[in-house]
Amino acid sequence: MPTFTYMTRCDGCGECVDICPSDIMHIDPVYRRSFNIEPNFCWECYSCVKACPQHAIDVRGYADFAPLGHSVRVLREEAKGTISWKIRYRDGRLKEFRFPIRTTPWGSIMPPSEYEVPDLGSLGSPLLAHEPAALKVALLPTLPALENESP
Amino acid sequence: MSLRSPGNVKFVDTDILVIGGGFGGCGAAYESRYWGRDLKIVVAEKANIDRSGAVAHGLSAINCYMGMQWGENQPDDFVRYVRGDLMGLVREDLVFDIARHVDATVHMFEEWGLPIMKNPETGHYLREGKWQVMIHGESYKPIIAEAAKKSAEVYNRIMVTHLLMDRTRPNRVAGAVGFHVRDGTFYVFRAKAVINSAGGASHIFRPRSVGEGAGRTWYSPWSSASAYALLIQAGARMIQMENRIVLARFKDGYGPVGAWFLLLKAPATNAYGEHFEAAMLDGMKAMVGKYAESTPLPTCLRNHALLQEIKAGKGPIYMHTERVLDSKEKEDIGWEDFLDMTVGQAVVWASQNIDPRERPSELITSEPYVMGSHATCSGAWASGPEDCAPADYQWGYNRMTTVEGLFGAGDTIGGSAHKFSSGSFTEGRIAGKAAVKYVMDLASPPQIDEAEVDRLRTSVFRPLQTYAVNRNEIVAGSVAPHYLSPLQGLQRLEKIMDEYVGGVSMFYVTNGPMLDRALELIGMLKEDLDHIGAEDMHQLLRAWELAHRVWTAEAVVRHTLFREETRWPGYYYRADHPRLIDPDWHVFTASQFDATHGEWQMSKLPVHHLIA
Ligand SMILES: Cc1cc2nc3c(=O)[nH]c(=O)nc-3n(C[C@H](O)[C@H](O)[C@H](O)COP(=O)(O)OP(=O)(O)OC[C@H]3O[C@@H](n4cnc5c(N)ncnc54)[C@H](O)[C@@H]3O)c2cc1C
Ligand code: SF4
Ligand code: SF4
Repeated sequence: MPTFTYMTRCDGCGECVDICPSDIMHIDPVYRRSFNIEPNFCWECYSCVKACPQHAIDVRGYADFAPLGHSVRVLREEAKGTISWKIRYRDGRLKEFRFPIRTTPWGSIMPPSEYEVPDLGSLGSPLLAHEPAALKVALLPTLPALENESP
Repeated sequence: MSLRSPGNVKFVDTDILVIGGGFGGCGAAYESRYWGRDLKIVVAEKANIDRSGAVAHGLSAINCYMGMQWGENQPDDFVRYVRGDLMGLVREDLVFDIARHVDATVHMFEEWGLPIMKNPETGHYLREGKWQVMIHGESYKPIIAEAAKKSAEVYNRIMVTHLLMDRTRPNRVAGAVGFHVRDGTFYVFRAKAVINSAGGASHIFRPRSVGEGAGRTWYSPWSSASAYALLIQAGARMIQMENRIVLARFKDGYGPVGAWFLLLKAPATNAYGEHFEAAMLDGMKAMVGKYAESTPLPTCLRNHALLQEIKAGKGPIYMHTERVLDSKEKEDIGWEDFLDMTVGQAVVWASQNIDPRERPSELITSEPYVMGSHATCSGAWASGPEDCAPADYQWGYNRMTTVEGLFGAGDTIGGSAHKFSSGSFTEGRIAGKAAVKYVMDLASPPQIDEAEVDRLRTSVFRPLQTYAVNRNEIVAGSVAPHYLSPLQGLQRLEKIMDEYVGGVSMFYVTNGPMLDRALELIGMLKEDLDHIGAEDMHQLLRAWELAHRVWTAEAVVRHTLFREETRWPGYYYRADHPRLIDPDWHVFTASQFDATHGEWQMSKLPVHHLIA
């Protein structure tokens, strides 16, 4: 199955259950640990893998087309703003990559309600929040006057 | 809650209800809060907004950015490009509107902390192609979700099943109902305006991989067509539902090809090393005339060429990654492309010992998808921007559908292709602002019909009851005479669509008689939807996703039947009408479902060209 959970690492915290967009990571009632209840609705999106504090979830590529023996592991470090990947081929080759994920502190986005209250008279204008400044051009483009149409 | 009784009811009153917290929904939440400081804004999201929708993985590019600040492109250039790619048929007012605002959206994303790559020579954003910019986008969705969570009350894990209409004005929206996927609470949202941004549809057609690999569809498996089904049943006019999209992608993993083709400039050849596209141009002109002369060659025609080559027995088609990865920097870009947005492709390479520096990778065309934000434009007929739209394209508020108070964004809105992530968010912003104005202008708020709410409540939970009652008839296993599981229903739908409506097993070919047969079988499947059995809340979620897919599929079939031509070879072929016929079909196809009589009305709507 695409994701699976290592019995000895999972502590049943439920982070993976909380994040899975497909609602397929569930807690097994007997073992009190997570498992993938519907592998054919798993996108290998790695959301659960990245969220697990115990690194207890791994992926085994779809049986239909992925031969055994590979692994693609990930470490996502929010505080550092990076994500690191370790890719092991079936024949043992290794590749490693690290990429940035964010340039500002988590939680730092200014809520729209903290900007100066806009003039409601401009509700009818086509300008959106922070425009035209945010466009970085002087004016919002408008269509040349509506002309004739051709079929 | 017990499996035998419907859930407890929770009422939520709000000014604006946003259905689906993906790119369109997050944009709608942000903008409506900016303008509507005192309004209540609620997002109902069936998953967890931090990683929901088509961007759950992340993305490696922003595919819609003009670069007006550097004079790179102007909105009218974009309209010409999108019109050419869609074989002439787009809502130019909507496309122009996205294009003129999208740069501001991208600048906001950068300010919020999304790492956008820079071209070291110019200092501009690093272009993947003319319209795309490269990002380090693993956290694209959580960053955008942070902005949305600061704008609206987000209710996670609510599957919205139906819209509610006003008791006194049947063509006005009054809210929506749904259920909590974990605890079974029945939610009744009473809203003055609703913005549907519930995303497009995978799993309408049978995927190429039918085992575990069915999960690795190109569009996310949780894109379950709610953007369309909710609107169709509410009587909104839909357009271009026949315009399904087929993608040329890396085989099986469905890793995107954009960065490889455009940035790294990897060539594609047949198995014998031959470049095949150019040689087919004359044949394509015979089918579609001048549209084959657009540059770049329209997406559907590129598929067409690839398909012809495979049918001629010259596959596999290869993308020659090995010819272009001549530096560590390029290797990083190539891998990040997948690790950011389609990890499954990296898994395929590792498992099959494919090192892209050493050997090429296979390309193939995917199963068809129904959506409105990529190189395709299925969706709702929407009112256009006041200052751009011709009179017959506007009836009130920008991005309002033909149902009063019901707006849309992203995959929901038809006729405006190539929005992608940034354009979908932008469209959410446009709809959000318009919805605030609508709410402020509203004289009398809509009233829900309590009898209707009761009826929906019973119907929403019926699959649990169906299972509980009929399960006792059999010993064990999955075969029962009086219910179907949601997965069994889905497999039936996918088989019908694949075999009769132009899926991969038919090389995307269909015709009138096949479409009639599909309608007959879908009719029976719709009846069988009353007999879906759900063992638990998760299956109840799947049951309603199935219902939304079936309604959407029916619209696809009806539109495909209506348009008697082959306009997008490479997406699908009407074998009985094999050519593009501009005199009859340079129009949008439109449908409207009338719930009172259970009837669909098909019509043609004019395509106005606003830009030379
Ligand atoms: C593999 C892949 C690669 C892509 N690459 C790029 C790229 O490089 N650059 C780019 O710009 N774009 C790219 N896109 C396109 C982009 O992801 C979409 O255009 C965009 O996400 C569409 O936005 P949306 O809001 O319409 O849908 P989504 O973002 O999918 O949001 C829909 C939301 O609605 C929720 N929902 C659905 N049904 C219900 C319901 N019934 N009740 C409640 N909530 C519901 C979903 O959970 C989801 O959160 C790519 C997409 C894919 C799949
Ligand atoms: S997040 Fe990790 S530890 Fe927690 S339940 Fe899931 S697999 Fe187990
Ligand atoms: S990889 Fe994605 S779809 Fe699969 S179980 Fe994890 S979160 Fe869910």
